[in-house]
Amino acid sequence: MEHHGELTPIISLRHVGKTYMSVHRSNEVVRDVSLDVAENEFVVLFGPGQCGKTTLLNLIAGLQLPTAGEVYVDGKKVEAPGPDRGVVYQTTALFPFCTVMGNVEFGPKSRGVDKKTRRERAQYFIDLVGLQGFENSYPNRLSGGMRQRVGIARAYANDPKVMLMDEPFGHLDAQTRYMMEAELEKLWQKEKRTVVFVTNNSEEAVYLADRILILTNTPTHVKEEVRVDLPRPRQYSDPAFLAIRRRIEELCDDTL
Amino acid sequence: MNEYAKQKRKEKIKFGIVSVISLCLFFTIWYVCTAVLHLKPDYILPSPVQVVEAFIDKLTRTAPDGATIFGHIAASLQVALTGYLLGALVGVPLGVAMAWFRRVDMFVTPLFDLIRPVPTIAWIPLMILWFGIGLGAKAAIIFVSAFVPCVINAYAGIKQTKPVHLWVAQTFGASRKEMLFTVAIPTALPLIFTGLRISLGTAWMTLCAAEMLASNKGLGYMIQVNRSLARADLIVVAMLTIGLIGTIFTVGLNALERKFVKGGRRG
Repeated sequence: MEHHGELTPIISLRHVGKTYMSVHRSNEVVRDVSLDVAENEFVVLFGPGQCGKTTLLNLIAGLQLPTAGEVYVDGKKVEAPGPDRGVVYQTTALFPFCTVMGNVEFGPKSRGVDKKTRRERAQYFIDLVGLQGFENSYPNRLSGGMRQRVGIARAYANDPKVMLMDEPFGHLDAQTRYMMEAELEKLWQKEKRTVVFVTNNSEEAVYLADRILILTNTPTHVKEEVRVDLPRPRQYSDPAFLAIRRRIEELCDDTL
Repeated sequence: MNEYAKQKRKEKIKFGIVSVISLCLFFTIWYVCTAVLHLKPDYILPSPVQVVEAFIDKLTRTAPDGATIFGHIAASLQVALTGYLLGALVGVPLGVAMAWFRRVDMFVTPLFDLIRPVPTIAWIPLMILWFGIGLGAKAAIIFVSAFVPCVINAYAGIKQTKPVHLWVAQTFGASRKEMLFTVAIPTALPLIFTGLRISLGTAWMTLCAAEMLASNKGLGYMIQVNRSLARADLIVVAMLTIGLIGTIFTVGLNALERKFVKGGRRG
């Protein structure tokens, strides 16, 4: 186990706020969020439907910039997206015009990694997510679960320090979802990365997280922090699991 | 899989048979109306047999319109392809640039919107005044007709690029130029091909119109001359040739599209 909090955090948010301005009104989505994520820690942002979870993730990714406070990743202030932060999206954000291989090697290719090295890397992660044999298939030939595997492999292949996942399993059916949660955990055990995972599914949160941050409705701030110290892989029906699940659901309900 | 392949094959054969029946039916009705019933005199509506005879005759004879069928085809193709290729070479990049660069969009779009509604035929008199009745004028007219659909479709194609795809590329460290070539243009490719197909059709149609007005060779010219000579059989020969070449173009472009557009027309 890592010693959280004693190491320098890899992700660090300091009094971060985000307000969208339009001509007629301003909309405060994130208010004064400060949080730290340690290296190789799996943190879940858990909150009600339309809270600013995705915004928070985009702020870390650098796709949006905070209107207050600062975001640091690996000691550097975030001002733009960068290859040190890989993002997996909720909707299939795969390139429909690229094969599975083309999608997975996209990151290394953009960074100018030579063909042989990036092919090997891509193949390693394609194998790891169980898609060997589909390298030359186009996304429109894949199921929803398979597409998300490609999305995860694609983010991994670029070798980011931090993985940002925005409800990656939100659109999958229940059965596929369980399977993907188990696979993601296995993958993460094998290829440790710092993960920030957004979800509104309490079961998923408890199954995956080292630490769960309960977010309030907009303007979002961190209401409570719940550490999950159950051994992995976790059992959905374990009483301790259910207790934590009930706890975070209650905390979340209180925020409404 | 095998069953599926068989099923597919069956469907294809069925489609082929019905297509052949449709064509046969058309030619039979035509034959009956002309050669059997003689509904109209030959110089107004010739029978298919006469048309085939005229076609074979036209393979070698230059009379009465000054060139063999090959001579007319070559003249028309030269004009059409010159104008079309220029139109595509200028139109597609311009459409892409207008959609991708805000400044180009601001600068070019008003001009383009002004020119776009002008029918291509309306350009013909001016082009003849400027370039005479040779290759130049007609190629310029074809250029205008091919150029417009290329721009519109390339523009729409680039605008279809999903923000989330650009985000992905951005988080992978792609520059804006790289995003254009690795994300936006591949996204636009299906629509770019639609533009190329539409403009090929309009180019070919416009060509005949241009040749009817001012020319001394070409398929449109052939139609025009033979009207004044009351040679309906040769008019039909020219019309069918135009249709056939247009079809060959479309088939060729479709094959090209299948080769270049991967992963389906929609994501």
